[in-house]
Amino acid sequence: MIEAATYAPLYPELTLAIGAMALLMLGAFRGEGENAGQLEGWLAVAVLALAGGMLLAQPAESVSLFNGAFIVDQFGRFMKLLVLAGSAFAVVMSYDYFKRHGVAKFEVPVLMLLATIGMMMMISAGDLISLYLGLELQSLALYVLAAVRRDDVRSSEAGLKYFVLGALSSGMLLYGASLIYGFTGSTSLAVIASSVQPGGTPSLGLVVGLVFLLAGLAFKVAAVPFHMWSPDVYEGAPTPITAFFAAAPKLAAMALLTRVLIAGFPNAVPQWQQIIVFAAIGSMLLGAFAAIGQTNIKRLMAYSSIGHVGFALVGLAAATSDGVAGILIYMAIYLAMTLGVFAVILAMRRKDGMVEDIYELAGLAQTDLKMAAILGVLLFSLAGVPPLAGFFAKWYVLAPAVKAGLGWLAVIGVLASVVSAFYYLRIIKIMFFDEPKPGFEKSDAVIAFVMAASVVFTLVFVVWPGPSILSAANAAAATLKF
Amino acid sequence: MDIGIAHYLTVGACLFTLGMFGIFLNRKNVIIILMSVELMLLAVNINLVAFAHFANDLVGQVFALFILTVAAAETAIGLAIIVVYYRNRGSIAVEDINMMKG
Repeated sequence: MIEAATYAPLYPELTLAIGAMALLMLGAFRGEGENAGQLEGWLAVAVLALAGGMLLAQPAESVSLFNGAFIVDQFGRFMKLLVLAGSAFAVVMSYDYFKRHGVAKFEVPVLMLLATIGMMMMISAGDLISLYLGLELQSLALYVLAAVRRDDVRSSEAGLKYFVLGALSSGMLLYGASLIYGFTGSTSLAVIASSVQPGGTPSLGLVVGLVFLLAGLAFKVAAVPFHMWSPDVYEGAPTPITAFFAAAPKLAAMALLTRVLIAGFPNAVPQWQQIIVFAAIGSMLLGAFAAIGQTNIKRLMAYSSIGHVGFALVGLAAATSDGVAGILIYMAIYLAMTLGVFAVILAMRRKDGMVEDIYELAGLAQTDLKMAAILGVLLFSLAGVPPLAGFFAKWYVLAPAVKAGLGWLAVIGVLASVVSAFYYLRIIKIMFFDEPKPGFEKSDAVIAFVMAASVVFTLVFVVWPGPSILSAANAAAATLKF
Repeated sequence: MDIGIAHYLTVGACLFTLGMFGIFLNRKNVIIILMSVELMLLAVNINLVAFAHFANDLVGQVFALFILTVAAAETAIGLAIIVVYYRNRGSIAVEDINMMKG
């Protein structure tokens, strides 16, 4: 006899699933109208907040459900809270954009909720099957979101590209999963972990499977050499959707990658470490150099986020508990900075529509000093200038790498962040020292709120949320077995 | 001649490679890319079912069923996106998918 209370750790996911279906019905019966999606959007935020509250109320213990297919631990809770926050902010930022472009749809918040359920499945996955199902639930919703502006050729092209490359990456991931299953006899990460003796060498088939699996996951986090979809998709997708892409799914995929490697292959560290090191170096350097030539700010942010993933991978390459804590801190800070920058991009709006070119920001300091200051602080933080949050993000991934004997990797990281400071500072120079262009229209209240929240987080991180996030991340990282 | 697991795995690997080359070398039509993706997933299914059979384990076959289901949903979404794209662009030739570059 199974008690209902056994499934209590699932309540956040169940809430989201039932909420998404209920909102779908609500939207279908309210029909298409002028304000379609507004009520659904706010209700979606309420559902996300409810799920977050349930997560916070859970006792801090590790639970494994469905024969180990679904693991709820502090690591998962930490990442899930971040994902829920990222989704909620993306939902509130999206409504005004879609309404202004005459494509207000109730499907947008519903699809975002469905994608969020997929991400929470990914974060909790302890089995290759649940991993795949979570990943696909997320991806299928995201393909549609990228192409959601049906009348816009760039949006549909972004959706098409994302779909083709996403499907390819799922195929590679599955091929790897099939090999891992074949050579270990199980799809459960715990059994896969125990199939390699401590200090032993994994069989060749298992390593080939691991490589394919990593290739598939590298696609999802947009790490070099599987990054090529992300600039096009970021540029083409509607801006609030791009903000969503840059925030929540990246966190979830990073959490999934960490859990698969740490929980599934703890005795194959030398094998996967060199792959992760390669991806980290490639991502950091590409993120630094390729962004220099970009003038479209969404495309620039795509390269910037490739670089940031590279830094997070440095923490993973360290393969220590400190390194994992570093990833968690990095992703938390990255989430706050990215949402803030995209709020500013959403505020780059004149009478005749949105602008995306960085030279449209010229002289912003003279037309709107507040917005220029906010973007300036966020860009300094992205570049990693102390004492802003972005500096501590980099510190907590590079320090464990040095301790793990990867000092040269940390040196490459620091050099890459110096190079990337060039294009962040260039935008600041354009904003403060170039001839002013006509000012932007007044931004919506929610957008202004997100900007303010993000910049406050970035500025005071060192005093207030920093220490508590640090201890939470350390506690969370300790729940992953090494 | 006995047909062992190596034969199945070879077929799977060949189909998978065919699918991947179909995506990268195809310069004509997006529908062909969809077919190639399907080919890759079927190659994975062959692998899984072969492994499951030779290991006397049911999990692999269950996995294959899940993949079949998800692949159907994926194709439906892919076709829908292709229809949307065709309405905007009037073409689904791979070389025309080039609005954004850089």
